[in-house]
Amino acid sequence: MNPFALIGRFTILFLSEIGRLAEFAADALPSIITPPIYLRLTGEQLMRIGFYSLPVVGLTAFFTGGALALQIFIGGDRYGAESFVPQIVVLGITRELGPVMAGLMVAGRVSAAIAAELGTMRVTEQIDALVTLSTNPFKYLVAPRIVAAVISMPLLVAVADVIGVFGGWVVGTQSLGFNSSVYLKNTADFVTNSDVISGLWKAAAFGFIIALMGCYHGYHSRGGAQGVGGATTNAVVSAAILILATNYVMTSLLFSR
Amino acid sequence: MATPKIELKGVTKRFGPKVVLDGIDLGVQPGESLVIIGGSGTGKSVTLKCILGLIHPERGSIKVDGQEVTRLSASAREKVNRKFGMLFQGSALFDSLPVWENVAFALIQGHGVGRDQAKKIALQKLAKVGLTKDVGELSPSELSGGMQKRVGLARAIAADPEIIFFDEPTTGLDPIMADVINELIVKTVKDMGVTTLSITHDMVSARKIADKIAMLYKGKIIWAGRKEDIDKSGNEFVDQFIHGRAEGPIKMEIAR
Repeated sequence: MNPFALIGRFTILFLSEIGRLAEFAADALPSIITPPIYLRLTGEQLMRIGFYSLPVVGLTAFFTGGALALQIFIGGDRYGAESFVPQIVVLGITRELGPVMAGLMVAGRVSAAIAAELGTMRVTEQIDALVTLSTNPFKYLVAPRIVAAVISMPLLVAVADVIGVFGGWVVGTQSLGFNSSVYLKNTADFVTNSDVISGLWKAAAFGFIIALMGCYHGYHSRGGAQGVGGATTNAVVSAAILILATNYVMTSLLFSR
Repeated sequence: MATPKIELKGVTKRFGPKVVLDGIDLGVQPGESLVIIGGSGTGKSVTLKCILGLIHPERGSIKVDGQEVTRLSASAREKVNRKFGMLFQGSALFDSLPVWENVAFALIQGHGVGRDQAKKIALQKLAKVGLTKDVGELSPSELSGGMQKRVGLARAIAADPEIIFFDEPTTGLDPIMADVINELIVKTVKDMGVTTLSITHDMVSARKIADKIAMLYKGKIIWAGRKEDIDKSGNEFVDQFIHGRAEGPIKMEIAR
């Protein structure tokens, strides 16, 4: 096959996908603020997206914080900087690892679940049925999920921040020989509001990405079981990549001097 | 002649290079039951979805009660869709909701009826299609195919629509259950005095529920008339289809 044709076809496919996604987001956003607003469904989604993600996010944060403490201690040892463990742990967790790790874990859990659910509703014509029952699927299905994810993610990341620092503290005090109160004091003295808040802004953006990718791929899935499977994979992969890319952009904007 | 309940003129729809609807002209009079027959992939479902606004045709006009509906805003579309009820091929019940809430869905969401009142109406509609109160509490996945069809019918008629669409109402059912559903459709339609538009490839069902039959082939209506006349249509495509013969002018696209 002609390699130029291949490049051209790939480019067109990529651009049309971006166009479809933009169109989807443009339909989704107004549906969040215009009535009818389904509060009960949003509450249900808050439970499913936020509350039930707590164990996964907590465990991830705990081990990440622990491993981070260990690495900083070992790496810092070369420069005699091993005493900076608490400061670097809290900075690393609140600014980067808390939101990114929580974002990736929730993307795996929630984007997949949303894509599978909406995808199945699409291929079994349940989404068409909504329309014939005079119910806008964007308001009934998409808006509650996006709102719930955007609210849940900052809360989850706040929890992840605390547990991540706790993980570092456990490793620091139990195996690296830090004094508990010194560790905590160093952490508290060093961290600033803006470190935490920047992470929470990221979290809200990641929540939007997670729900949007799940809804978009589910909503446009077709072709039975295989189609739904493909939609689920695409939702998780695209959410994860977009989270990492957005994280970089937001870091460079939030921390530029 | 009264304004047709549904009127299609020159409706054209293509997916990529494939022309699915090639200028459809169709009219359904108030209180009439029209059945569109045709093989798989001839554009029957697409026709229905164009009328419902799920798919937008490239060209042509679709009128409901004389109102052009092809280029409506979302909210105007919702208003038009309130006149409609639809029974889907796979029933398309919401598996996250119990049966009664499926039936009551349009009442609660679309018409703002309170949940208690809506449940009462839903149970009445379920009784109409021969299902008892206890079924209302079950989840759709616990029902057999025939029962799901009945629930789908109850949901389609719950908000007292003026027009009901039936998408392959008997597909996937055994012949006896198919006949039960056909009888139910005829009885319900007669009781309510509604207009219906159905698509099917089941001739038994078509003969039972139709006043008029139209045959779709390669994106065009090739024959339309009263169901009594279908056996003497003089159209060899129609003859081949209603007698289910492999030999004839309609060639199946099968690789050999």
